[in-house]
Amino acid sequence: MLDFLLEIGCEEIPARMIDVASAEFAKRVGDLIKREGLGVVSPVVYSTPRRLAISALIAPRQPDSTSQSVGPSVAIAYADGRPTKAAEAFAKKVGVKVDELEVMESAKGKYIFANLKTVGRSASEVLAESLSHEIGAISWPKSMYWRSKNERFIRPVRWLVAMLDDQIIPMEFAGIRAGGESYGHRMLGRKVTLKGAKEYESALERVSVVARRESREQRIRKALDAATRAVSGAKWREDAKLLDTVVNLTEWPSVVMGNFDGEFLALPEEVLVTVMRDHQKYFAVEDREGKLAPHFLAVLNTEGDPQDIIRHGHERVLRARFNDARFFWNTDQKITLRCRVDLLKQVTFQKDLGSYYDKTLRVQRLASWVSETVKQAGIAVRPGIVHKAALLAKADLTSELVKEFTELQGVVGGLYAKAQGLDPAIGDAIYDHYKPESMDDAVPRTMEGAMLSIADKADSIAGMFALGLQPTGSRDPFALRRQANGIVRIIAERKLPIGFQDLFYSARATYVGSAVEARFKKREEFFADLAVFFKERLTFYLREIGGFAYDVVNAVLVADADNVVDALARAEAVTKARSIEGFESITTSFKRVKNILRQARESGKYRVAAANLSEIPWTDEHERLLAGTIARVSAKVSEFDSENDYLKALWWIATLRDNLDAFFNNVMVMVDDERVRANRLALLQTLLNEFSTIADFSEIVTEGQSSN
Amino acid sequence: MLQQPYDLEVGAGTMAPETFLRVLGPQPSNVAYVQPSRRPADGRYGENPNRLYKHTQLQVILKPPPDNVQDLYLESLGAIGIDLRQHDIKFEEDNWESPTLGAWGIGWQVMLDGLEITQFTYFQQCGGVDLEPISAELTYGLERIAAFLQDVDSIYDIVWAHDPQSGKAITYGDVRLAEELQFSVYNFEMADVEKTWKHLELYEAECKALLDAYPGGLKVASSGTSEQAPVERKRTPILAAYELCLKCSHLFNVLDARGAISVTERVGVIARIRTLAVGVARAYIDQQQTEHEVSLEAQSAPQKQPKLKREKVATT
Repeated sequence: MLDFLLEIGCEEIPARMIDVASAEFAKRVGDLIKREGLGVVSPVVYSTPRRLAISALIAPRQPDSTSQSVGPSVAIAYADGRPTKAAEAFAKKVGVKVDELEVMESAKGKYIFANLKTVGRSASEVLAESLSHEIGAISWPKSMYWRSKNERFIRPVRWLVAMLDDQIIPMEFAGIRAGGESYGHRMLGRKVTLKGAKEYESALERVSVVARRESREQRIRKALDAATRAVSGAKWREDAKLLDTVVNLTEWPSVVMGNFDGEFLALPEEVLVTVMRDHQKYFAVEDREGKLAPHFLAVLNTEGDPQDIIRHGHERVLRARFNDARFFWNTDQKITLRCRVDLLKQVTFQKDLGSYYDKTLRVQRLASWVSETVKQAGIAVRPGIVHKAALLAKADLTSELVKEFTELQGVVGGLYAKAQGLDPAIGDAIYDHYKPESMDDAVPRTMEGAMLSIADKADSIAGMFALGLQPTGSRDPFALRRQANGIVRIIAERKLPIGFQDLFYSARATYVGSAVEARFKKREEFFADLAVFFKERLTFYLREIGGFAYDVVNAVLVADADNVVDALARAEAVTKARSIEGFESITTSFKRVKNILRQARESGKYRVAAANLSEIPWTDEHERLLAGTIARVSAKVSEFDSENDYLKALWWIATLRDNLDAFFNNVMVMVDDERVRANRLALLQTLLNEFSTIADFSEIVTEGQSSN
Repeated sequence: MLQQPYDLEVGAGTMAPETFLRVLGPQPSNVAYVQPSRRPADGRYGENPNRLYKHTQLQVILKPPPDNVQDLYLESLGAIGIDLRQHDIKFEEDNWESPTLGAWGIGWQVMLDGLEITQFTYFQQCGGVDLEPISAELTYGLERIAAFLQDVDSIYDIVWAHDPQSGKAITYGDVRLAEELQFSVYNFEMADVEKTWKHLELYEAECKALLDAYPGGLKVASSGTSEQAPVERKRTPILAAYELCLKCSHLFNVLDARGAISVTERVGVIARIRTLAVGVARAYIDQQQTEHEVSLEAQSAPQKQPKLKREKVATT
């Protein structure tokens, strides 16, 4: 085995891209090596802002292989026992001597063939040929060119190391020839000559680069702990995203603790933490009680700060940032949120959907509808609070603080509402109305916040869909999927009686009479697109968060995908029902019923429709029995359905098993007699209609049946 | 080459012709200049220690960028007395885009002990045109760097000079505070909206007229197949058209700060100025090409010269 090493030396790669890119890089190189039959053992991936690298043990050459090439028949290849021109031509074509040709017998007769040996190529040759293609194929969110327009990478590539043991692989990428020299830390390091993969990590360590991401993370954690110990009882605030960022911003990390004036603690913690985290990439520090303490931790990309010069600099910058924040906070108080609502006329929401002022008025109407609907269902909510919060929800977009720290939208509005003496419930609703912003984020804390959040998101989704701007493939510029996931989660977690159809009927109604309405897609298309979209979102929710089996989710959502709470209840019931005696065989019978009906329909020859079973003159005892059972069971099922006791309803459906089995064992549906056949099809169609409201049982995958 | 600041209102050093125009086309260019930059909406009446209506940039263009451009940049910090071995320096992703100029690039904000001191951009497109070769643009924020070097918290406390007799410090505030206050008042409160609109329209009309006067028109200009006499093309004052375009851009910024541009207007006005900038860029490229051809004819050089030949630039 040979020690393989590949390092791409690059100008600083954006921190947010490094992890994804190094994984793709490693996979591409690993796949290439495997594909080329070079084996691959214990690959190690390295990444820093200035390099992506991989080392592995690989075979020195591809294995030799043999194959057979069949030529003309013996009758053509030989004349009088001597090779003919045809045999000579064949031998020449495949590159063997004529006397090396052999004869084989096949079903079609005797043919000549040649044994061909393919000599495996050396690893160096194979890699030299293909590596640069793999490097160029790494995908980046936004790449650039610097030499010619068809060479692209995330930033200019400045050096390349490609080695097998101590030998250079003769390759090139973007005009850079691979060599055996790498570069250390910008300030602390220097150029370093590598002896091969084995010493890569230690050689870089000597020029102040921790090449492995995991090692840097560990080092930073330790340094954060150590620096925090300077203040007794203090703890640094864990922040996974921030940690990833600083790991990928440094090659030789260390940490300094800085301080800020305690008087800044008068500003809301949210503002201080945002400034530190998002703008300065500092970790916040909390005291024993978990309250924000006047310290911060900066992760440096250098050895340390013996003269306190760096700490002093960071403190100066943070002081300026906090001063800005305080200045903005004070300036913003000069105009109340209520007065800011008018200023929203100047802020575009979307060019066709108007300003945020327009949106505010729509959301207010929609939020009222949502909260009234919820209230009528007996859920405690204060529509008056929702109404006021909706009016003010977007006003903070005009504040200096949000213009500066956009990630604080909503939060700032909520804080200002309280600072301006409004009902705290209004502030909370505004504060939370962008929530949940991710899978991990919580839903709004209050019912009023939940109402506002749903209305705000539904308004955006409705407007974009109506204009035909729904997400396609990986393109979702308005984050509509995330917003829809948010709606689904709020409805589910708050158990709200809100159906998508009704919600979007109301959302679209807020546009009636507006100029843009003329540009909207047709109503039917709008609702059809939304139904598909929300079915996907609901599928995602039930599977990823609910943890339901995929076939249960499919079965439940085929029956109905409009009401989240109801779908959840049905999914739970169907999941439990699987253990009921007879349930599995019912699902098999339903598949059979569906198949018969489908085939009958597809043939185009037969009329298939449900009917009033009590009026049909049955000709067979099993028909009559089944029809009677259907009537009896369906009465029970609808009784429990209406009580939302789906498990009991499913239990009753399972009792159909014996009659159904008897029917199929004794009755032929597709008989020649037209009337009898029509009656039997009607029987099955009625059965399907009556008992598919909870779930489409034919979607349930039973044991021994493979998923489709 | 060291150039003087451009003597018109611009929002950034990028808008001075030494950047906007010189990055177009194949001609190498290495230039540095200080550029006072006006951003009406950023004014704070002189009350905020870190924000200014008018700040000063040191703009450096390296076209094409030498391979060691980052090292050169770091050395430049050493040259003004910053010993980087004692500091924490990071290149953090920050891409730049100017919709009004049809320009964008990829690069970093350079952070020195947590302070953004430079915008480092590899230009990819300008005036809606893909650049070949590309340029590296280094924009140093001079107020910030000065405050850093002098270790003061407010820009207004930066010592600008010392009186040679008394040794008394003359601060940034002494020199500029009144300007910050008065221009904030003007931009936010007193600029006459109607007249400013009128000015914008007049400048726009004149810029358009000049661009329309370009022989062969812009469509032809972009493909470089105009049959008009090269001399006619060379004489057309595209540089004046660009100044008029800059005027429009500044007036737009004033109106914007004044809150006089509605949501619906905004997008439209940006598009109008962009049209001017793109028109100027196209005409400029054509003009450069014409000049190149003329000089080739003058030399009556028989050999065919590639138009987009990359030239090696000596790095300094």
